[in-house]
Amino acid sequence: MKEKIRVEHVTKIFGRNQQKALKLVEQQKSKTDILQETGATVGVYDANFTVNEGEIFVIMGLSGSGKSTLIRLLNRLITPTSGNIYIDNIDITKAKKQELQLIRRQKMSMVFQNFALFPHRTILENTEYGLEIRGMSKEQRIEKAEQALQNAGLLVYKDQYPHQLSGGMQQRVGLARALANDPEILLMDEAFSALDPLIRKDMQDELLELQANVKKTIVFITHDLNEALRIGDRIAIMKDGQIMQIGTGEEILTNPANHYIQTFLEDVDRSKVLTAESAMVRPITINTEHDGPKVALQRMREEEVSVLLATNRQKQFLGYITADDALKAAKDGVSSVTSYIRTDMPTVEPATLLQDLLSTISDSPTPIAVVEDHRLRGILIRGVVLEALSSSTQEEVNTNE
Amino acid sequence: MNNFLDNIPKLRVSSWVEDGMDWLTDTFSGLFKLIQSGGKNMMDGITDGLLFIPPILFILIIAVLAFFVTGRKFGLALFSLIGLLFIYNQGLWDELMNTFTLVLFSSIIAIILGIPIGILMSKSTAVENIVKPILDFMQTMPGFVYLIPAVAFFGIGVVPGVFASVIFALPPTVRFTNLGIRQVPKDLIEAADSYGSTGAQKLVKVELPIAKSTIMAGINQTVLLSLSMVVIASMIGAPGLGREVLSALQRAQVGNGFVAGLSLVIFAIIVDRLTQSFNKQNR
Repeated sequence: MKEKIRVEHVTKIFGRNQQKALKLVEQQKSKTDILQETGATVGVYDANFTVNEGEIFVIMGLSGSGKSTLIRLLNRLITPTSGNIYIDNIDITKAKKQELQLIRRQKMSMVFQNFALFPHRTILENTEYGLEIRGMSKEQRIEKAEQALQNAGLLVYKDQYPHQLSGGMQQRVGLARALANDPEILLMDEAFSALDPLIRKDMQDELLELQANVKKTIVFITHDLNEALRIGDRIAIMKDGQIMQIGTGEEILTNPANHYIQTFLEDVDRSKVLTAESAMVRPITINTEHDGPKVALQRMREEEVSVLLATNRQKQFLGYITADDALKAAKDGVSSVTSYIRTDMPTVEPATLLQDLLSTISDSPTPIAVVEDHRLRGILIRGVVLEALSSSTQEEVNTNE
Repeated sequence: MNNFLDNIPKLRVSSWVEDGMDWLTDTFSGLFKLIQSGGKNMMDGITDGLLFIPPILFILIIAVLAFFVTGRKFGLALFSLIGLLFIYNQGLWDELMNTFTLVLFSSIIAIILGIPIGILMSKSTAVENIVKPILDFMQTMPGFVYLIPAVAFFGIGVVPGVFASVIFALPPTVRFTNLGIRQVPKDLIEAADSYGSTGAQKLVKVELPIAKSTIMAGINQTVLLSLSMVVIASMIGAPGLGREVLSALQRAQVGNGFVAGLSLVIFAIIVDRLTQSFNKQNR
């Protein structure tokens, strides 16, 4: 595996008295103490990590943990106080203005939380921006930008302005603008946080698909544990400007480095007593023996979901149907959806311990069906599972007190 | 205590200023003369050109322009038509064209100077800290005071009128340019930077277009301020509607004063609404 980004002992302190503040962080003083004593704010302290080529590296932390500062250090929108950052073994902390511009143009593109589309430019002109900056000819950049919009399914909107599009579509444009540049590295700063949950999930899927197809190196910032587990090859957890732990989702879930992460993950050990049955939710199903694609689409609209679980008359689990497939079936004029059922959804028994399910959950792109004697009992959704784990912890803590 | 204060000799600020003025006038007299004669010729040429256009054609052009920039509405077009016909009817057409040239010239110079200064201010807090008090000074100093150096440098006539108007009308363009650029959302600046824009690219492709409506509001203010200097500038011999107001004042002719004043108001409203509509249209 080739190393793409290497971050060595990077520290960023904002404000005055930086040297004094630096000494105080070395003495393990807290952020608020340092702010009171010196008036300086510690953004990031002694960050060390590498990101491999083609990897999705997620940096997770609550607000104020320094994750947004950290990602801006990677393309030097913020210059570090000390430390080195290597992109393809070139130290960008020492790069001159022009070199830095060149690196930003060729190697990395950024996607922003609030999209940061230019309001005075059309969707096409927004998508062109990076190419225009490089001095590419008009025909060439229009061709490339249109291709990027085509891939995102947004070409019909190319002459609209950003404010005419919904949030989800705006962020697709943001992503298309980044990809039009054909960067090696994508920096995504809470890129999906401003979107509503269903669209967020779609975007995550699209990102994973993109990753499988074009193998970009992606650094992704989020405050959402579910999102981190879902898309991250490796996850770094930050607190007060420091990286607490780096590992795969599973490593972090099963082996948290310290108390903070442990509480952050809502104490995974408690899951030993929780079973799939206790965390499952009512599945939204369709009886494929008498319901056709139109009914399926209607139900998806009604329940606001994009996937239905397929059963027969005896409630036996058959698989699932996606909205896209149902739409295709409806368009093809087929009256039964039987041939569109997908069967790659993992199934578990109601008595399975959640502890044993964590890796299945984090690996599976779909929810997990809970099946007993072939009959569908319920469905496990990652968010609900984690919520169940955390609430059981709370009860435990409360009774202990 | 009073004795002590009285013992301090009077600071000779006024004579220092005068010495400085004398020095400037002597040293740059050649340059000032050149600007005076060149500027006067140019502006007379523009006024003559404007007067060469048949008034009825001019009035129609303005009315049609007003119709289109206000989004095909008749309000301003009708107002311009009637208002300008009224001014013509009162025999003030030549004066109007002189005023038009004066306002046009001082506004353009103020914009050409103001926007770059505003950009510099927005890019550097140090520049902002220096320029801001100067702008405050320029705006609070009564407009009449600028007439004195204007006369010293350029004598009397239209050129010193423009000089005084530019100083008086410059601040809003500078301020609004600075404000508009500083108000560009931070994430858009970050987006521009993260794609590797140079400073100039960022300015031309992102900052100025986004700040445009704010800058245009400043330009609108500048145009109106330079218009408000017309009467004051007429004291040092600048021709136009202002001179009519002034002479009516000196001879206590209430009727003439009213007509000339009303003509100025009509002109001001047309100019204001037109520049504002340009701004809205561009959004």
